[in-house]
Amino acid sequence: MRLTVKVRRYNPEAPKPQPYWQEYAVEVEPAATVLDALIRIREEIDESLALRCSCRSAICGSCAMRINGHAGLACKTKASVVAGSTGVITVEPMGNLPVIKDLVVDLAPHWGKVQAVEPWLQPTGPEPQGEYLASNEAMLHLAGVMNCIMCGACVSDCTVLEVDPNFLGPAALAKAYRFVADPRDGVARERLSKYSAYGGIWDCTRCFECVQVCPKGVAPMERIMALRERAIAMGYKDTYGARHTLAFEELVEHSGRLDELRLPLKTFGYTNLPKLISLLPIAVRTLPKQKVPSPFHKPIPEVRKFQATFRKARQVSENERQPTATQAKQG
Amino acid sequence: MQEFDVLVIGAGLAGMRAALSAHRKGARVALMSKVHPVRSHSNAAQGGINAALTDRGDRWEDHAYDTVKGSDWLGDQDAIEAMCKEAGQELITLEHMGVIFNRDEEGRLGTRAFGGQRRARTFFVADITGQAILHVMFEQIMKAGITRYEEWFCTDLAVVDGRCVGCVAMDIRTGRLTFIPARTVVLATGGLGRVFEPSTNALICTGDGMALAYRAGVPLMDMEMVQYHPTTLKGSGVLITEGARGEGAYLLNKNGERFMAKYAPNMMELASRDVVSRAEMTEILEGRGVDGCVLLDCRHLGEKKIKERLSQIYEIGLDFAGVDITKEPIPIRPGMHYQMGGIKTDIWGRCWDPQGRWQGVEGLFAAGECACVSVHGGNRLGANSLLDTVVFGRRAGETASEWAQAHPLPAFNEAHWLRRNEERIRNLLAREDNGDSVARIRWEMGTTMDQFMGVFREQEGMEQALHTLRRLKERYQRVSIRDKGRTFNTALVFALELDYMLECAEAIVRSGLERRESRGAHYRRDYPHRDDANWLKHILLYRQGDQEPPKVTYLPVVITQWPPEKRVY
Repeated sequence: MRLTVKVRRYNPEAPKPQPYWQEYAVEVEPAATVLDALIRIREEIDESLALRCSCRSAICGSCAMRINGHAGLACKTKASVVAGSTGVITVEPMGNLPVIKDLVVDLAPHWGKVQAVEPWLQPTGPEPQGEYLASNEAMLHLAGVMNCIMCGACVSDCTVLEVDPNFLGPAALAKAYRFVADPRDGVARERLSKYSAYGGIWDCTRCFECVQVCPKGVAPMERIMALRERAIAMGYKDTYGARHTLAFEELVEHSGRLDELRLPLKTFGYTNLPKLISLLPIAVRTLPKQKVPSPFHKPIPEVRKFQATFRKARQVSENERQPTATQAKQG
Repeated sequence: MQEFDVLVIGAGLAGMRAALSAHRKGARVALMSKVHPVRSHSNAAQGGINAALTDRGDRWEDHAYDTVKGSDWLGDQDAIEAMCKEAGQELITLEHMGVIFNRDEEGRLGTRAFGGQRRARTFFVADITGQAILHVMFEQIMKAGITRYEEWFCTDLAVVDGRCVGCVAMDIRTGRLTFIPARTVVLATGGLGRVFEPSTNALICTGDGMALAYRAGVPLMDMEMVQYHPTTLKGSGVLITEGARGEGAYLLNKNGERFMAKYAPNMMELASRDVVSRAEMTEILEGRGVDGCVLLDCRHLGEKKIKERLSQIYEIGLDFAGVDITKEPIPIRPGMHYQMGGIKTDIWGRCWDPQGRWQGVEGLFAAGECACVSVHGGNRLGANSLLDTVVFGRRAGETASEWAQAHPLPAFNEAHWLRRNEERIRNLLAREDNGDSVARIRWEMGTTMDQFMGVFREQEGMEQALHTLRRLKERYQRVSIRDKGRTFNTALVFALELDYMLECAEAIVRSGLERRESRGAHYRRDYPHRDDANWLKHILLYRQGDQEPPKVTYLPVVITQWPPEKRVY
């Protein structure tokens, strides 16, 4: 199979360092991965092409990069699939991280955030003689998060990080979830309080990018949503994010649809004048687009039936949350 | 540069365990690795970690006997006893650190069956055990705040009057060399898989520590003992865990027969790895293979069990072989997997012998795959490697920490070591292109090793391999690097690694020629039987110089309570 691989290159030692595109024509086996193609380029065409890679089986997390615009592991991406009928593949370094050289990025900002969530087990109480007792179900649930290999793909394509580098990011928060949900950990409350702060769980915009690009099925965004639920359940409701969620829930339950006018009022507080004034320009911009919500909000027909269904759904989701929340017993 | 008590080179499980235990003993510790710690190859250990827990009715003596038998009686029984006795405590320590582990009905740690063992004593996290432990170990390193040199490559160990005083290392990101003074150095650099082509090993497994120690004056022991794993994918060499057979998968030949019945009627697919690999190769060579492979059949395990307990293998099948293992058998063949031999150490990880029975370097320690204690002897049991890394990583870290307290650094000239390495790298970068390449030399080395040092060996082939390696070493002296920069110059790193690999490759062949019997993974067609009268002993190679063959000496195998028996599975 003949491929054209367009690589986004950068050499910091060039007289005037500038990123540029370079095309390589390379012949690979039909079953080759993008990594196979890059290794062939490096070994047979251009030794100066810098990339990280090691295990070749999607377990070490070294070779995350953007392939045709989306982050993924080069070793897990079949070349024939991404090359399509044109035979062209574009390869770039991951986004949201500084580039060191070619496809090699500096992951230090990411690791700093991982460190910031205190990602180590913090049991309270005396250490048992043997192992902690825990259900296999709870452990398997955690194994889903432990699947994370810290490749950084989700960090690369996170749309929040693009505009706010302060955001802890999907990988660090997914890791944080692993401890909050670990029945052996004793400081879930402190963790949730910390993660509720600016840059934490409420800054995710639920764009689904991280879920889409994660090569290991970790679904970081879903872990962030689970952290939100637990934060609210533990009483951490005094953040705009939590209040927005609760107001949303309350308003929908009340009338069967969202009262968009009251949502910001409830989220920020009726007396929070500075915040409410800061929203005025948005309100003004909605005018010509006829998106201004009506001040006369009416419930949907048969709202009582809807409310019964709503309460039932809430009950079900609360029951589902139970098993992993049980504390580990000492064995 | 600040002086450390313990400098650990390599940040896989053995290295991080060593760093952590030294830190807990109060030592000033640094952890250095040519990759970020979580990229280490310990990740790839899929199946699990062995431990005989007394409260499950298991006995460490049984685990030890299985290990001795697995080693074909070449493992030192004092070392094996230490490992198996400490396994339980080490496992619980891992669990307390945060490793999640699969559980049984009562919420206790659950087990699965593994090869070469008479009972299920392999503890596991789905089929990501290594990864699950590695990431937790790194969490502990972060928590402890241990100094880390990530993406630093060791180019030299500094040895002054028989004492290791630190190392010279290159920061890959800048290409700058630094001398790191340390009272002790723990080598935990992992295996040498890439010396073979193909191999299940990651591209970083290039035998760095073995070559560094060998050049520094420490003997390499039992280097001929190279494990071929029975279930690897053709071509890429990607690993399919033994856990698949542990869960009950069958091995079939082209006639659909479970051929292991002929070779190991009792243990069948779960015989020792060397036994299964030889059986597979025999089937293939005698024409009962399928396109150079045999078949691993998981279908009868059912989709639920496969997806819950072998999820990664399910994915690997889809991604790397295009096979849905719930629906069809997957073609596999034996592939290079593990180096049982390595840097000679005692049971405390020391690369020297206070009693003087063998020569080494004071202040230098080794643990994990790069070391040869020896607990694996002629053949390692599945799920004993993770155990080896944590038990002997801890022992090395603790011992190094203690030794460092009592042995301050002597005066020495750092500049000499820096200059010598600067020169070496400058020379490498300055060479003119002669059309040859590092990749080509590595490829020829790897395929030569696979051809002549694989499952079956004989004198003539090994001599041919030696001859080829000598030629490749000459070519290496002239090969050029086309990237002349210093920032993240991976071509330079590969060239330095190839130097280490060629050193290891020759040691493997020399040792293989020396052992004129068949034992464990070392099977010689010209000497097809185990010969305890002459060869129940370790082979130690001491490096003499670039052109000379190594000096060969022997050490008796330590036998405590299990005298050699016939090995039948």
